[in-house]
Amino acid sequence: MSIDLKTIKHISKLARISVDEQRAEKLAGDLNSIFDFIEKLNELKTDNVEPLTSIAETTLKLRSDEVKSKNIREQIIKNSPEDNEDYFVVPKVIE
Amino acid sequence: MSKKNSEYLINRKDNQYEVVIGLEVHAQVLSESKLFSTSATKFGAEPNTQVSLVDAAFPGMLPVINEFCVKQAIKTGIGLNAKINKRSVFDRKNYFYADLPQGYQISQFKDPIVGEGKVILDMPNGQKEVGIERLHLEQDAGKSIHDLDPQNTFVDLNRSGVALMEIVSKPDLRSPDEVNTYIKKLRSIMRYLGTCDGNMQEGSLRADVNVSVRPKGSKEFGTRCEIKNVNSIKFMQMAIEYEANRQVDLIEEGKTIDQETRLFDTKKNETRSMRSKEDAHDYRYFPDPDLLPLEVSEKFIEELRNDIPELPDDKKRRFIEEFKLSAYEANILVSDIDTAKYFEEVVTKMGKNKDIKLAVNWITGELFAILNSKGLEISQSPVSAKNFAILINLIKNGTISGKIAKTVFELMIDGDKDPQKIVEEKGLKQQSDPKALEALIDKIINDNREKAIEYKQGKEKLFGFFVGQAMKASGGKANPQLINEILKKKL
Amino acid sequence: MSDITKQSLTELVENIKNKKLSSTDVTKAFIDRSEKSEELNAYITNDFTSAIDKAKKFDQKPNLDLKLPGIPMAVKDLFCTKNIKTTAGSKILNNFVPTYESTVTENIWNEGAILLGKLNCDEFAMGSSNETSFFGNVQNPIDKNLVPGGSSGGSASAVAGQLTPITIGTDTGGSIRQPASFTGIVGLKPTYGSCSRYGIVAFASSLDQAGPMAQNVKDCALLHEVISSYDPKDSTSINFKRNHFSKELTNNIKGKKIGIPKEYRVDGMPKEIEDLWQKGIQYIKDCGAETIDISLPNTSYALPTYYIVAPAEASSNLARYDGVKYGFRAKGENLIDMYEKTRSEGFGAEVQRRIMIGTYVLSSGYYDAYYLKAQKVRKLIKNDFDEAYKKVDAILTPSTPSSAFKIGEKTNDPVSMYLNDIFTVPVNLAGLPGISIPAGHDSNGYPLGLQIIGKAFDEQNILNIAYAMEEKINFKNKITDWWIK
Repeated sequence: MSIDLKTIKHISKLARISVDEQRAEKLAGDLNSIFDFIEKLNELKTDNVEPLTSIAETTLKLRSDEVKSKNIREQIIKNSPEDNEDYFVVPKVIE
Repeated sequence: MSKKNSEYLINRKDNQYEVVIGLEVHAQVLSESKLFSTSATKFGAEPNTQVSLVDAAFPGMLPVINEFCVKQAIKTGIGLNAKINKRSVFDRKNYFYADLPQGYQISQFKDPIVGEGKVILDMPNGQKEVGIERLHLEQDAGKSIHDLDPQNTFVDLNRSGVALMEIVSKPDLRSPDEVNTYIKKLRSIMRYLGTCDGNMQEGSLRADVNVSVRPKGSKEFGTRCEIKNVNSIKFMQMAIEYEANRQVDLIEEGKTIDQETRLFDTKKNETRSMRSKEDAHDYRYFPDPDLLPLEVSEKFIEELRNDIPELPDDKKRRFIEEFKLSAYEANILVSDIDTAKYFEEVVTKMGKNKDIKLAVNWITGELFAILNSKGLEISQSPVSAKNFAILINLIKNGTISGKIAKTVFELMIDGDKDPQKIVEEKGLKQQSDPKALEALIDKIINDNREKAIEYKQGKEKLFGFFVGQAMKASGGKANPQLINEILKKKL
Repeated sequence: MSDITKQSLTELVENIKNKKLSSTDVTKAFIDRSEKSEELNAYITNDFTSAIDKAKKFDQKPNLDLKLPGIPMAVKDLFCTKNIKTTAGSKILNNFVPTYESTVTENIWNEGAILLGKLNCDEFAMGSSNETSFFGNVQNPIDKNLVPGGSSGGSASAVAGQLTPITIGTDTGGSIRQPASFTGIVGLKPTYGSCSRYGIVAFASSLDQAGPMAQNVKDCALLHEVISSYDPKDSTSINFKRNHFSKELTNNIKGKKIGIPKEYRVDGMPKEIEDLWQKGIQYIKDCGAETIDISLPNTSYALPTYYIVAPAEASSNLARYDGVKYGFRAKGENLIDMYEKTRSEGFGAEVQRRIMIGTYVLSSGYYDAYYLKAQKVRKLIKNDFDEAYKKVDAILTPSTPSSAFKIGEKTNDPVSMYLNDIFTVPVNLAGLPGISIPAGHDSNGYPLGLQIIGKAFDEQNILNIAYAMEEKINFKNKITDWWIK
């Protein structure tokens, strides 16, 4: 298994983390050694094993359809790096 | 067969192409609060005033599912004759966007709450069955506003977290007309169930449209393109037409069609590629570890099943049987729940001696015309079902003629007036006293001796003249049937 | 006043209830020691001024029926605290002030405790040495330049250094038990679903659990009793009848069957650890319990499984830190540019590494090979424990494969750092409770811990075993106060 720079670039795009060449090389090295260690799982046959989806052995509890959260715009916007009292503000989205 | 004639085909030189369409409809669940949070869902609120800490994805905030939304999805599934899955799983669909605060949308990927079902469409050339692939629950995103500022995008999270049902059809649709009928049918079913208001202007119903083309007669599917987020039936039809023709042109030119996501530009009436965006879309679905599998019992489903109202197909069947309506008439009456409700109330209020055909004609004629001209929904009708029923009964029992009834109806509109009162106050009651009418006719014959003689000599056309004179003399109130009878006797 | 900070929670509660000490006395003593302990770098944010106000207020009208009457305590900076900056040890939350309180801390304040401040931790709890914190590494009170373990390193250091009588940490793969072991204190990771995750900055949702850290088992039991609650705001919180852990605590474990899993005897494990384990087995026997050799055959697959599951969940959980709603934002020419710069500058190297691993294992074409595979192996690991618990009541293992290491020793080798959690990770994967208790010292005098793993929701049982063993072990932590000027 080998994770190349192209893969690193691709993952960093998906993860929205900009990575320069130097970091990419370092990451490729780290990830390769981590995946070498992860590959150990291939020793195990798991064809007939049900994947574990949740460790809590219970099912989803349902809440009633009631509006409890009121208008807390001030609280919601308070921590934002940029806002205009009504909206969150982000740099222009370019399609 | 008539079916051949109405087939939607795209013609080029020697070739004919069939269009294959599948829809992913996003229907907003009617609920007070959001799918995983307790904030309100009302349309048109001030920006960011219906946003909880959960909706804005603050650190440590967790989703808790709304039972009512689960019920709504199951009810819709029942309405679509679909399999209800007792166990379903919520997954995270991961992507970054300004109006997606969590950085993922909670949706259902592998195990949706509703499985395969079907919908019957009434097309002019007969019925058509459209398969439903699945229905799943998911969160809506917020709204990015790009045109309020030249440098920045504004984000409103009011819609973030509102429950949506994504209803995925099989690729069974073949024309823009079928798409139109399909959407209307879905909308109708959901409005009957009260699970979605179907309001397309407010975005409660939107669709992604998958379009492909193939040579007529071919069994293989062509490469499809997905047109994202189209929010009106008209635009869906335009987008399909444009896209199908674009694909056919590519094939005719010997080029290949790329499977891609496209956007419908409503101003230019064309679809265009969104591929730049798609590259970054590897959604990395995985089961949401903040939520456990959703399990519902047979009893839970049965209770909902017992709660399902009569749906359009059943209602139509009943209207045909019980009221002896034509399939066409029944269709018009059941397609919208409010029309059906109005009609049924009129039927009830008409009492024992009722003329249902007459009521149907008046609803689809006079009532629809007035609603249309005033731009009103039937639920906002200026004439109540009760007064409407009285009016129909007045015609039926001969109190007023159909013609007078139109005058009365005009007068009822302003303030939902009782037609009985109008007839009395304006003295519009039909004259059905034979003695009075005989006297009236005697006078007319006397005044028009020469014409009476001409008639007797064989100028039968003049009969109409005498009817007209009699009606005029009675101020339009004379019972036309009686007039006819008396005239025939006297002349 | 200095002896106040040497007292256990149980003693402090008793002294406050008997009016021998006031909350103000106690609060001032811990603040005083905390202020002299800056070199440990245990705190990220302190709230000393309002802590004293709260203590005074408590003393004016003391409610002595509460479980933590006027007890000051600091908490890991992963718990959101209303109006107090909460950073998760990250630059990306450097300026974040929640308007809400986590359920676990809420439970604590409701029982009368007073917040001293927020304790240092690995960034987003990702680390085993507290070296990934944006706010710098934490010193282990045991020795200078020794890591306190992680991710709850600040918490462990603060309890061992007596800067707080008790604290709470979070444990995703060993983040309570490993630092407890490295600093000579007691740390409990409860059963998954026992403590609410509401308001805790998430690392890996299916593994994260909050838990108590204390000087001794009894304090730990009392604090656990306070924090464990059913919470409808957390869909994974489980509604079951919770014990009065401290009241029901007993050192009578006669007849209990304790499993000794052979797979925990790993290659290259120092002899000191093996010896400690053998001593532990002897203590168990001395308490009148029985030890039984058992097998947990998939143990060696736990760590690789963990390093798929945890990063996968983290990559998604950390997507919300995008510079839009809160936290740090870097300047960007457009939205995507802003995202990429914000996340590149806002997250540290280890967090980025794990987000990358997680993104990769979930990405198209790799999901089945990694994530799905890991979920299947996770099932096997859980089955191992289920099988073992047919024969035994609890399991005894070492807490860590070594004692605390030097600061900087493993920072350039992620895998060797990850190997530190080899004994703790299986417990998280199986959702079980595990407690680490100090049980001896290595040749340097550094503490070593033993771990007792229980059945799900059987915290009372492992607390009892720990309590009985604690008495036999009679551990004395070697704290020299070297950092106090």
